[in-house]
Amino acid sequence: MSNAINYALFGWYPYLCLTVFLLGSLLRFDREQYTWKTGSSQLLRRRQLRWGSNLFHVGILAIFGGHFVGLLMPIWIFDMLGISHSFKQGLAIVVGGIAGIACFIGIALLAHRRLFDARIRKTSSFGDIAILLLLWLQLTLGLSTIFVSLGHMDGHEMVKFMNWAQGILTLQPSASAYVSDVHPIFKAHLFLGMTIFLVFPFTRLVHVWSAPVWYLGRPGYQVVRTRFAGRRSSTPVPAVRFPAPGRSVATAPIRQPAE
Amino acid sequence: MKIRAQIAMVLNLDKCIGCHTCSVTCKNVWTNREGVEYAWFNNVETKPGVGYPKEWENQKKWNGGWRRKKNGRIEPKMGAKWRILANIFANPDLPEIDDYYEPFTFDYEHLHTAKESKAFPTARPRSAITGERMEKIEWGPNWEEILGGEFEKRSKDVNFEGVQKDIYGQFENTFMMYLPRLCEHCLNPACAAVCPSGAIYKREEDGIVLIDQDKCRGWRMCVSGCPYKKIYYNWSSGKSEKCIFCYPRIEAGQPTVCSETCVGRIRYLGVILYDADRIEAAATTPDEKDLYQAQLDVFLDPNDPAVITQARADGIPDNWLEAAKLSPVWKMAMEWKIAFPLHPEYRTLPMVWYVPPLSPIQSAAAAGKMGVDGDMPDVRSLRIPLQYLANLLTAGKEEPVALALERMLAMRSYMRAKTIDGRLDEAIAARVGLTGAAIDEMYKVMAIANYEDRFVIPTAHREWSEDAQDMRGSCGFSFGNGCSGGSTETNLFGTKQAKRPTNPMEIA
Repeated sequence: MSNAINYALFGWYPYLCLTVFLLGSLLRFDREQYTWKTGSSQLLRRRQLRWGSNLFHVGILAIFGGHFVGLLMPIWIFDMLGISHSFKQGLAIVVGGIAGIACFIGIALLAHRRLFDARIRKTSSFGDIAILLLLWLQLTLGLSTIFVSLGHMDGHEMVKFMNWAQGILTLQPSASAYVSDVHPIFKAHLFLGMTIFLVFPFTRLVHVWSAPVWYLGRPGYQVVRTRFAGRRSSTPVPAVRFPAPGRSVATAPIRQPAE
Repeated sequence: MKIRAQIAMVLNLDKCIGCHTCSVTCKNVWTNREGVEYAWFNNVETKPGVGYPKEWENQKKWNGGWRRKKNGRIEPKMGAKWRILANIFANPDLPEIDDYYEPFTFDYEHLHTAKESKAFPTARPRSAITGERMEKIEWGPNWEEILGGEFEKRSKDVNFEGVQKDIYGQFENTFMMYLPRLCEHCLNPACAAVCPSGAIYKREEDGIVLIDQDKCRGWRMCVSGCPYKKIYYNWSSGKSEKCIFCYPRIEAGQPTVCSETCVGRIRYLGVILYDADRIEAAATTPDEKDLYQAQLDVFLDPNDPAVITQARADGIPDNWLEAAKLSPVWKMAMEWKIAFPLHPEYRTLPMVWYVPPLSPIQSAAAAGKMGVDGDMPDVRSLRIPLQYLANLLTAGKEEPVALALERMLAMRSYMRAKTIDGRLDEAIAARVGLTGAAIDEMYKVMAIANYEDRFVIPTAHREWSEDAQDMRGSCGFSFGNGCSGGSTETNLFGTKQAKRPTNPMEIA
């Protein structure tokens, strides 16, 4: 692959994708809250979802966490902790492999359901189907890199990807050079991964941003909204653990511009 | 004491004729859209029956409402917060659309376009979700209308608990009632508690429970959390929706659409003042059978000067305090004790209450099947309907329901004596713990049921929170997304699949 193409794909394209990913998410969150949703289809068909969705989500969260730590944690931390490169690679292969297989089974169930169940198929948008197939393809590529990695267990290749990812995020102009000579399967996996970031804001994937972990920190259970703006400051609602007065979500009067 | 006001509703089941006008007008106004064809913010069920969605009252199956833990606190029956989040990828307690019914339409167009043939053309059903032919409609929103279907299936109704099986058959012929249902706008809403996004909230000023359509992410926990199954997941928009108590009308002092259009005049709307600080204690009452009384204890007397003073301090407008004194809901629930919450054992403290129907007692009395106490039928001798109604309205406690039925019978007999025999019989009133004057008032509110007696709705004070100058030219009610209808034609984000118009018969 010529240097120019390599530079375009792994030096320039990542920034396009990251920009669209972040800016697009922000714009959609700001402008299109009503479209910001999980797009659950469980109501229409329960079958295959319990296994499919759980396997898929747990698997992909494990994979995402693995990639995040594995690619972005600086190498010197691993060295300091005494984790050898080959051990790290072995760990990535075993844990990633297990999570990947779980995720693969899950996504297969979900894809079968989405494509062949009339209720789900007819109510799916192009984006719903496309992103599912993209993720499936990406997962397949990721799993197939394991066979390449098994050929060089010294962790040398893996360090290249760490350098590349960290180079991109630290704005090093020459980051693309780190991955210029890796196996084509890795390149395809990288490219498709960046593409998923690119289309992320235009699909239902945006629900990832809204993972409701804050729910665990809600004081009490109930949510009460007051409308009387003037009273909010004068009589603060006491922080009772339960029930209704437990939390008062202050709402500004809704002002909608005339369109 | 922290006083809040709520617009509450009472439905007099004794007068419900099951005409479904409430359901139909509600649907035409609020759920006549793609994605909620199957949703009825208001529906009328024939009881005994499993209802809509199937067996909604069976919380062993659906895990709705609250559960009291050993330490005296309550948590959603679905589980604590971490448990709800753990089930977020696939909610094990979510009904499937077939538990409601697969929405359908008919190929009416075919009646116009069919060519000449020996047989009459027919309009065959078609799924509103897939657009495909439905050969047979298996279930609908009111499949058990007037005890339709086999008793075997309807007897799954959990309100039969404690009623002996061998008397089922006899019971079937003597007892039927209608139960119109809508969102209960609870004081302790389980739907709001289980919403991980915090999109469901109770309005402080009038108690209406709403879903913020912009903040809802479609985690669909509320559908399971609500024990009345009155939250509906819109499969098209991916957001949950529910009865909004027609809040734009309520704010303007008008009754909800279902109340306004009720031809039997069975619905009442009025202000109830309650003490928000007592909700926790009421909802955690140890014995389920005490929950009805516990909720009564949360309500505050609008004529008590101390209450009025505190209510003013808590910011309740004077016109609301005046309306509270005239509230038909207060009279029926608190003064006459003839209205009851629906399934208080769910611990949600519902605010749509029901006057139990006399019809089973009346029909049994007419057939000579029950004892007579003086000149009035002896309600308590009719064990089964009483137990059934108590299971429905007071978590199984029969005494309050029996008293309510007796008071309604006493009203009839007192008014019969007054208008036909021309005598005021205070003894009838005294026997059920009322006075003649109270019965006259009951008669005016419940039997005559004039519009102004049924609906005492103070207008909202929007000027307290909004600057009218800022609101100029803005849109009124909309389904999120500013002034748009919720779906924009050209849209970078989440454009919906365009529906191609098809002539159904051509592809069948």
